[in-house]
Amino acid sequence: MNPEIALPVLIPMMAGAVSLVFWRSRLMQRLVAVGGTAGLLGTSVWLLASVSRDGILVMQMGGWVAPFGISLVADLLGAIMVVLTGIIGFAVAIYSLATIGRGHEAFGYFPLMHLLLAGVAGAFLTGDIFNLYVWFEVMLVASFALLTLGSEKAQMEGAIKYVTLNLLSSVIFLIAVGLLYGMVGTLNMADIARRLGGLEDQGMVDVLAMMFMVAFGIKAAAFPLFFWLPASYHTPPVAVSALFAGLLTKVGVYALYRVFTLIFHHSPGYTHEILLWGAGLTMLSGVLGAAAQYEFRRILSFHIVSQIGYMILGLALFTPLAILGGVFYIAHHIIVKTNLFLVSGIVYRLGGSYRLEKLGGFYRSHPWLAVLFLIPALSLAGMPPLSGFFAKFIVIRAGVEAEAYGVTAIALVVGLLTLYSMIKIWAEVFWKATPAEGDVDPYPEVRQRELWLMVAPVAGLALCTLYIGLNAEPIHALAAASAAELLDPTRYIEAVLDAPGEVSP
Amino acid sequence: MEPLMAVAIGILFAAAIYMMLRRSIVKLVIGLMLLSNAANLLIFATAGLRRGAPPLVPEGLSAPEAAVADPLPQALVLTAIVIAFGVLSFAVVLIRRAWEIVRADDLDKMKDTDT
Repeated sequence: MNPEIALPVLIPMMAGAVSLVFWRSRLMQRLVAVGGTAGLLGTSVWLLASVSRDGILVMQMGGWVAPFGISLVADLLGAIMVVLTGIIGFAVAIYSLATIGRGHEAFGYFPLMHLLLAGVAGAFLTGDIFNLYVWFEVMLVASFALLTLGSEKAQMEGAIKYVTLNLLSSVIFLIAVGLLYGMVGTLNMADIARRLGGLEDQGMVDVLAMMFMVAFGIKAAAFPLFFWLPASYHTPPVAVSALFAGLLTKVGVYALYRVFTLIFHHSPGYTHEILLWGAGLTMLSGVLGAAAQYEFRRILSFHIVSQIGYMILGLALFTPLAILGGVFYIAHHIIVKTNLFLVSGIVYRLGGSYRLEKLGGFYRSHPWLAVLFLIPALSLAGMPPLSGFFAKFIVIRAGVEAEAYGVTAIALVVGLLTLYSMIKIWAEVFWKATPAEGDVDPYPEVRQRELWLMVAPVAGLALCTLYIGLNAEPIHALAAASAAELLDPTRYIEAVLDAPGEVSP
Repeated sequence: MEPLMAVAIGILFAAAIYMMLRRSIVKLVIGLMLLSNAANLLIFATAGLRRGAPPLVPEGLSAPEAAVADPLPQALVLTAIVIAFGVLSFAVVLIRRAWEIVRADDLDKMKDTDT
């Protein structure tokens, strides 16, 4: 038995339960938050180490053999995603200590955060399609509550759009799972993949593929159903925004990767062509939306949408190099995007606003913050030698090699426009003179300890970006191994279905 | 039985989508409820509506003797009902809070966070 497969799900769940027990003790909840997320990070690194050493790890829940019970499967992609979840969870937990108000803590911010992390980790590790739906719902319910915690007007308005579209996508996902079960009579993803190949009615398979594409596309905020994201992500406290920005849409992207490499890979001329154009339009609409914005977090939210396009582009091209680029891009993006949101929170704490026109002069007053902003911002735009350069380079090179010139051109233009947006933030927030005292909210003086708690995660994530950028070789090798695994689904299928499990009577 | 179910599910989906396209948030949530019920019925129907023996394994055997009904769709529907119940009760509370704060039952008055 390999306990490390189940631990990344169990630890956040236990931490959530424990912090519920200490409902009234603020100190204990904070200790459990840091301890639980650190435990998640530790076990996820352990999991990645065992997966890259031993290959795909499988655990049959309750000892039921593969197609009958629920399997937890950790392949390289899943393990990489869990490690990223651990990193983001830990960073955001520390950041929350300084930025989440007492009111939020009293109404269960930390238990909800643990529940969200458990849902995300569960979605990355499950090998059962209905179980994936359940983890999606666990994650969604926690995110609904986190989004509305505080009940401000903007939060309510954003939450209605967020809840509606995410419920719609869940229902489409559920219908697709039901129809799939009706066709193949199994829910285990490996078993589905094996049986779909021998099916005669390939037209119905394409219909199901489209339903999964729509369901996960909404969750991943892909074109054309992305508008719930920029309408809601800038409304909750910044730690919540950062957590959502890093993890939630990426679960949708992960599900697309899983389903379209393992199950629906028989007619790439149809499904992956649609994904390709969806990716191009996602990139373009996201970046153009960001160009029109003058609010820190709204710009970043629109950039999530445009970056999702690059990841889907990697999947849609469906060559080994493209999938490699996609996996690399996900790893780079999760860290960088969370970091940018955390920086926006520090700027808000010091400057009292998210509106670019009300901010200014940060380069003079806080030069260290300018450096901490520039690292993720230039990385997002794809400047060498930071992590984003390699991610974009691999995806675009894969596009040129696959002779998809139209989408590749879009990707290049979008890179340029991303740089424009980042420079806009730089010029407005850091470079221009401090605007005259206007209607900026009066903000209490920042204590030194509080500032350190905010800066430490930002600096840590910036170091991760630098590490991926300057030492890209091992990450590249890991992504390459993961791409090879994704493009050869028989390995996944054999690992799951031939895994030993005690036969229960 | 199946054609009748198909028509009923179709009507439920149509009603759900019609309700979701209205501007009132109360009707929006009613639409979501109908939608999740339609999905549950659809799963129930995809597995085939037929009479079968209960899927119980007699003592001393490792498999049932004759053909039995497939219990899994029911388990799926049950899980989906529980999840939908939780999520929709959240949605009901959400629209109440939203109404208290925004003082409007009209989605057109809730576009401050759009761009």
